[in-house]
Amino acid sequence: MNMHAQPQMTPAEAALVDGFLARMSDLPGNAETTVLRDEAVEQVKSGLPTRRIEAWHYTDLRRLLTIVPDFDPAARAKALPSLLAGSTVLPVLNGIAAPAPAVDSLAVAALAQKLHDGTASIPLTGPEDAVGTINAALVSDGYVLSLEAGATVEAPIELQNIHAGGQAHARFDVAIGAGAKATFIERQAGEGSALVSSISALDLAEGAEIVWIVVQEQPVDASYLGRVEAELGKDAKLTLFLLNAGGRLVRQEVKVAAEGESSTFTLRGVNLLGGQTHCDVTMLLDHIGYGAQSTEIIRNVLSGRAHGVFQGQIRVAQEAQKTDAKMACNALILSDDAEFSTKPELEIFADDVACGHGATVTEIDRDHLFYLMARGVPEVEARSLLVKAFLAEVIEELEDEALVAALEEKLDGWFAAQV
Amino acid sequence: MLEIKNLHARIAEDGTEIIRGLNLTVKDGEVAAIMGPNGSGKSTLSYILAGREDYEVTEGEILFNGESILDMDPAERAAAGIFLAFQYPMEIPGVATMEFLKVALNAQRKARGEEPLKIPELLKRVKEAAGSLHMNTDMLKRPLNVGFSGGEKKRAEILQMKLLEPSLCVLDETDSGLDIDALKIVADGVNALRAPDRSMVVITHYQRLLEYIVPDSVHVLYRGRVVKSGDKSLALELESNGYAGVIGEAA
Repeated sequence: MNMHAQPQMTPAEAALVDGFLARMSDLPGNAETTVLRDEAVEQVKSGLPTRRIEAWHYTDLRRLLTIVPDFDPAARAKALPSLLAGSTVLPVLNGIAAPAPAVDSLAVAALAQKLHDGTASIPLTGPEDAVGTINAALVSDGYVLSLEAGATVEAPIELQNIHAGGQAHARFDVAIGAGAKATFIERQAGEGSALVSSISALDLAEGAEIVWIVVQEQPVDASYLGRVEAELGKDAKLTLFLLNAGGRLVRQEVKVAAEGESSTFTLRGVNLLGGQTHCDVTMLLDHIGYGAQSTEIIRNVLSGRAHGVFQGQIRVAQEAQKTDAKMACNALILSDDAEFSTKPELEIFADDVACGHGATVTEIDRDHLFYLMARGVPEVEARSLLVKAFLAEVIEELEDEALVAALEEKLDGWFAAQV
Repeated sequence: MLEIKNLHARIAEDGTEIIRGLNLTVKDGEVAAIMGPNGSGKSTLSYILAGREDYEVTEGEILFNGESILDMDPAERAAAGIFLAFQYPMEIPGVATMEFLKVALNAQRKARGEEPLKIPELLKRVKEAAGSLHMNTDMLKRPLNVGFSGGEKKRAEILQMKLLEPSLCVLDETDSGLDIDALKIVADGVNALRAPDRSMVVITHYQRLLEYIVPDSVHVLYRGRVVKSGDKSLALELESNGYAGVIGEAA
């Protein structure tokens, strides 16, 4: 007799598989996509990654993914008011893209339709890429966007992935033409217990300049698996700003390939982690082109029993001479029970590069707190002022006043909810 | 205004006793100078008045306008009208000076049940106060005390004191690190605040400051106690004879 010892599936794995089986006839896609989804589900069946997998060392997904509610066909999510006035909002509500308004120079199509037509496809790598696997199996809609070469879009384009509980899986494929400029805001939010996955895949042609802001505010009983991936052409500039301010289990991946010569990648992250949140930001940055520059600064504030993780891996290929890469991760811990883990990794195959990284974990400076209180600022307010001071630098760098104000308002909202 | 009775206090962390039976009374409108050699407990006294947690009062009482302040935290003491001008003002990156002034002023107003100041009124007051201290208002756009010179920091302390209008000002070695021109400006700022309903405790190591801020009373602190009190002539006596004589008498 020939027996295969299949590991017993965890309740979450079983829920993912059952959820797929229940929804498979409604999920969009031609035959090719259907085959790929089946393959993705097989990967889930073989087991979600554990801490033995290097990329999941601090986030044992198999153990930590516990919130996988059923898809709720009755859930009715509503689009949010845009973060910035005058934005063009493209909402995906409970996994279905709403009809989108027209924007000059921007081609907008619903992903579901394109999967159905076979004019779009979903990539699938391997079981270690659990975010990609789960999204590939279950993604129901999203947008495929293409910005014309040379176009400058003044009004921000806001992509929303909003749920009203259950499950929501979206994907945004965004191609930016040569020299085009725009600001995108990606909102990840909803109400009620949920499993949400979302992948934004950006392709920046030569000289494109994009600011991409992710505002993740999942409810306390949501699992969120997200990724922003980008390929940068010659002289392309991508500024990616991440705000994580919610969710129970959060994995936010950043995967960037600086392929073009002299491209610039800037990552700034603010993670506000309270309650029992486990939030893992994992970045993989490949410096491939000659003379590309990158800087990454991640600031984390932790209260309650939160656990924060930052893994930052920079790989500099042999041909990527004159690479300039700097990475920093700073955590401010506000409670005894909060915890932060950080793992920077540099893999350098070129010999003429400048690469550095640094990490700090600190508490509120007692001298600073005393000084503010001695001027009459009550303790709670003084603490929040100092926390904001810790974050101010990375937010103010965005330089867009309305955007800075909107993000600071998000900080205030988070603090108010912590007290 | 201020009555300190048989105060004993120690460093919370290691239990070292610093203040050992200190008595001091400062009347309304009085400017009291506290002098003493290094390590006598002068700065500790200022921190204890402001409510710093690093020190524990083990015995005695501090009454401010007849009420004990020992159970009040630093913010409550500040709102009640106690102001400490720091010997070494903290640099706080990320907090803009102007924003800090607004938050502090309005926090104190709120604690007293007053409406927050409107921005134009706030700006007007800050501008006036800064002008009287010969301060460049561009400094106020910078993060609090960050990159300020020693003299600028001290002026910024007096600026805050002017704006917050405390009834008890505690100045901890305000003269340290100041050249003579800066010292005059700071002293003028302090003197302008002298009022019948405002008292000051001026802590200094040297008599020099007291030529510019002339005290009503002088108290010598040694080993955590006031060992001698007198009028301003006591400061001159200390200047010419040193602390040894006074300490010898007390011992």
